Amino acid sequence: MTKRVKFVVDLLLLAVAVCACRDDKQVLTPQTEKVDSSSVDMPHAPKGFFLLNEGNMGSNKATLDYYDIISGEYSRNVYASANPNMVQELGDVGNDLQIYGGKMYAVINCSNFVEVMDVRNAKHVGMVCVPNCRYLAFAGKYGYLTSYAGPVSIDPNYKQIGYVAKFDTATFQVVDTCFVGFQPDEIEIVGDRIYVANSGGYMAPNYENTVSVIDLNTFKELKRIEVVNNLHRLKADNHGQLWVSSRGDYFEQPSRLYCIDIESETVVDSVSIPVSDFDLVGDSLYVYGAEFSYETYETQCSYRIVNTATHQVVCDNFITDGSDAMITVPYGLKVNPWSREIYVTDARNYVSPGRLHCYSSEGHLKWTVVTGDIPAHIAFVY
Amino acid sequence: MNIKSIVILLVGIIALPCCVYAQMATDSVVHREVSEVSVFASRQKEIIPVQKLSGEGLRNLNAYSVADAVRYFSGVQIKDYGGVGGLKTVDIRSMGSNHLGVFYDGLQIGNAQNGTVDLGKFSLDNVEEVAVYNGQKSDVFQSAKDFGTSGSLYIRTRRPVFSNGRLTNFKMSLSGGSFGLKNVSMLLERFLTKNLSASVNAEFTHATGKYNFRYHKVLEDIDGRRITAWDTTGTRQNGDIRSLRLEGSVFGSVEDGAWHAKIYYYNSERGIPRAIVRNVWTSSQRQWDRSFFVQSMYQRRLTDLYSTKASAKYSYDFMRYFNPDTTLLYVDNRFRQYAVYGSSANMFAWNEWFSSDVCVDYERNWMKSDMAMFPSPKRDVLLAAVALSLTTSKINLQVSLLYNFFHDATTILMPIEKEVSRNTKKLTPAIIADYKPVDVVDIRAFYKKMFRMPTFNDLYYTDLGNISLRPEYAEQFDIGVTTGIQSAIDWNIAVDVYHNKITDKIVAVPKGNSQFRWMMMNIGKVSINGIDMKSSLSTNQNQNVQGRLTLSYTYQKALDMTDKNDDGPRGTYKGQISYIPRHSGSVVANVSYDGYSFNYSFIYVGERYHVSANIPENYEPSWYTHDLNVQKRLCVNNKMEFVASAEVINILDQQYDVVLNYPMPGRNYKIKLTLSI
Repeated sequence: MTKRVKFVVDLLLLAVAVCACRDDKQVLTPQTEKVDSSSVDMPHAPKGFFLLNEGNMGSNKATLDYYDIISGEYSRNVYASANPNMVQELGDVGNDLQIYGGKMYAVINCSNFVEVMDVRNAKHVGMVCVPNCRYLAFAGKYGYLTSYAGPVSIDPNYKQIGYVAKFDTATFQVVDTCFVGFQPDEIEIVGDRIYVANSGGYMAPNYENTVSVIDLNTFKELKRIEVVNNLHRLKADNHGQLWVSSRGDYFEQPSRLYCIDIESETVVDSVSIPVSDFDLVGDSLYVYGAEFSYETYETQCSYRIVNTATHQVVCDNFITDGSDAMITVPYGLKVNPWSREIYVTDARNYVSPGRLHCYSSEGHLKWTVVTGDIPAHIAFVY
Repeated sequence: MNIKSIVILLVGIIALPCCVYAQMATDSVVHREVSEVSVFASRQKEIIPVQKLSGEGLRNLNAYSVADAVRYFSGVQIKDYGGVGGLKTVDIRSMGSNHLGVFYDGLQIGNAQNGTVDLGKFSLDNVEEVAVYNGQKSDVFQSAKDFGTSGSLYIRTRRPVFSNGRLTNFKMSLSGGSFGLKNVSMLLERFLTKNLSASVNAEFTHATGKYNFRYHKVLEDIDGRRITAWDTTGTRQNGDIRSLRLEGSVFGSVEDGAWHAKIYYYNSERGIPRAIVRNVWTSSQRQWDRSFFVQSMYQRRLTDLYSTKASAKYSYDFMRYFNPDTTLLYVDNRFRQYAVYGSSANMFAWNEWFSSDVCVDYERNWMKSDMAMFPSPKRDVLLAAVALSLTTSKINLQVSLLYNFFHDATTILMPIEKEVSRNTKKLTPAIIADYKPVDVVDIRAFYKKMFRMPTFNDLYYTDLGNISLRPEYAEQFDIGVTTGIQSAIDWNIAVDVYHNKITDKIVAVPKGNSQFRWMMMNIGKVSINGIDMKSSLSTNQNQNVQGRLTLSYTYQKALDMTDKNDDGPRGTYKGQISYIPRHSGSVVANVSYDGYSFNYSFIYVGERYHVSANIPENYEPSWYTHDLNVQKRLCVNNKMEFVASAEVINILDQQYDVVLNYPMPGRNYKIKLTLSI
């Protein structure tokens, strides 16, 4: 018997020996690498940019990277290293990133809030809590945030109308809300009007097809401009026009680019190119499209430039050296307004680290760096 | 876990039983063990060693569901979302849960919609035996479905045994414990005639599913010391469950044969707990399940040459998923699945050493859903197999060839409405060999190539489905040895080394340009090299003090070979695939004396990564739990038996995730009272 007891004790000791080595999870540490040594410091040029990695839904892996244009150094996980004591880091699914008035705002869609940081060091300043929040715009002392969240109701047949939340950039409190169309996405402010692209993504196949117009001062919806199904992106140019993109219905209606005249608030033109995202510099609207084809079962990608004055496609592929073949799933686009360098992100398979590619203004690949999961949203720092 | 401790564990597993054997061999009493519990069955017809838990061994474990029990097997990994109601699926040898067939009293539990069976739904209340087979059950006399999976789990429920001239057995159990768990079950068995008996079993479970959890992370300070970065606690919400299971069985015997018929009903409502992410810890999603099946099996030896086995099954499964949270997409979907199945297996025992089996199975699956754009798919399955078996005193050889025919038909509604039908015809072989050079040594090897069909969800799920999917293949090579000593104590050890290759793996890949749009594709490739080890040690049954010790260890190098271009330190190429630990193992020790039984179990799962990019961001630490169970058995007049048991699970209150952001319960308790008349 005693031998047996001794054996059990031995076994327990072994088990303890095996177990004593359990690792704790560590806060993500910053990782910095030099990717470019050719940049120069110019007075009005961006000094760098932050990149928000969305992270796959449910993984709580939204992360923030920073690229220092002057030193050519790329740093991953800057949020977690600037805020190591923040419970559960940045959150679940980043959806938009904007810098306004010395603060940086990261919309964390599935965590139901906007993280507000000091733009100098990415340190936490506050949060704006809005469920299912999507995109941001600013005017004066207020921020405007679109949200998919419907009113609380237990009616199974209710239509889940979305809204714009107006929040104070000093207190981060929501001060007013304005109901718009179904599942509103991007938002743009021109003069004293707020424009919101309504998608109706939850109502598929009965998508929403309007842009809501809100009066900035009264914060009331004035009218809806009918465009086409499933609107997404929205940007104002220098010619009194709004460029709005439609995702299409993914089957019969393809994704398209539309132009709205702001003065008459009517659709004046459309460009037959697929649009996933765009960025505007001067009169050049850089557009990339990633469209899934049910014929080839592949995602077809395109990288074009549309002239906002002539409404013509002036460049069929702004990546000129053939290196666009390296991109699996283009997911984000930003153009440096000073150097016209183009940044395109690649989300790859969505669950492992993505890539950021930098192209010269001529469209030659300059460098590539590994990012977080689903790199998507870029905001320049001056 | 560092290399040193791995070595200690390895040496321990191999050496400890030897040492103990050496110690225990000196004990005076020498008896043979004829235990109900057997980790390695050595039935003549089963060449591939089966890992099984049965009888007392199963009851002594701190296991509530079948999923909890199979964690103790080597080569098995569980995906567990936590709590009584949390989804629990099983994966053997890293092939993915779709490659595992689950059989309940001999007939497969299907799930044509998503291909996996939630083993958390099967309580151990009325289960007599749980067995896991790699490759296939190496019994020549079986149905085509038994040949049709890459690994299989057999759940066998209790069969009535009437002793001491009794005509009725009655058993009632009450248990309760942490998470507001309340469970009551009743079993009535009745002797009807010499050749007929019946049983009825009912079980009701309710749990609030609430438990506390703690998440924390550390960071290194300037001196390299680890300090707390953040530390938080919460209560798991929306993990409640209410379930009812009713089962009725009839068992009959005929000359040189037997039959049984079973009717099964399961009804549950549960909350679906969500991933714990920053700022959002609660959810309101609910799920309702109703499962019903009737099945029957008949087996008879008609002549010395010819035996036949026939079985049939009808099943209906209902599932409703409801998301009432108005901040998210409102969802209220109902899915109904139906299956009819029939099988005939015919064995010819040509002589002492040669027998063959010819079997044919037919199954039809169909389903309906009110989900927008989900079609109503149908699948006809015809399986036919021929198996040959050669048996001599030293050599066993089995060869089987399975013909698989699948006919899928539906009217898809997107991208355009059209009728689609497709046929899949495949021939899949398996070869199993076993050699016994001496009586106590058994060397075996098997090769099997099998596939799993794309499920209805893979093919047709709204927006995600891809009707052009091909089957996903699993190819297995295995070589193993079993040896042991039978003496005052029995000791045995089995070691298997294997290589598996998964090709055309069906994975979700991004479609177009949105997080919410995915498409199933045949793009994955996985290469798996592994070692399974299992050793057990037990005293024989006639001693006053009974002891049993079982150790298992699994090593798996399961590498993602999908994307050659994603190489480099942060890439996925040749990274360990998601949630598969390199090292895992378990220890189960049981001592019983004079109606008391004491059980200790330990499970270790090594560090893992959430995805095959094996970087710190995706790191998930190892976890291990120590569980204890004390049981007392009391007999009154040989007529009544009381059993009382108390369990402490996760004694060290370890906080861990099996799946990222799904916290598992810490220390929890359960007591159970059973009365048998």
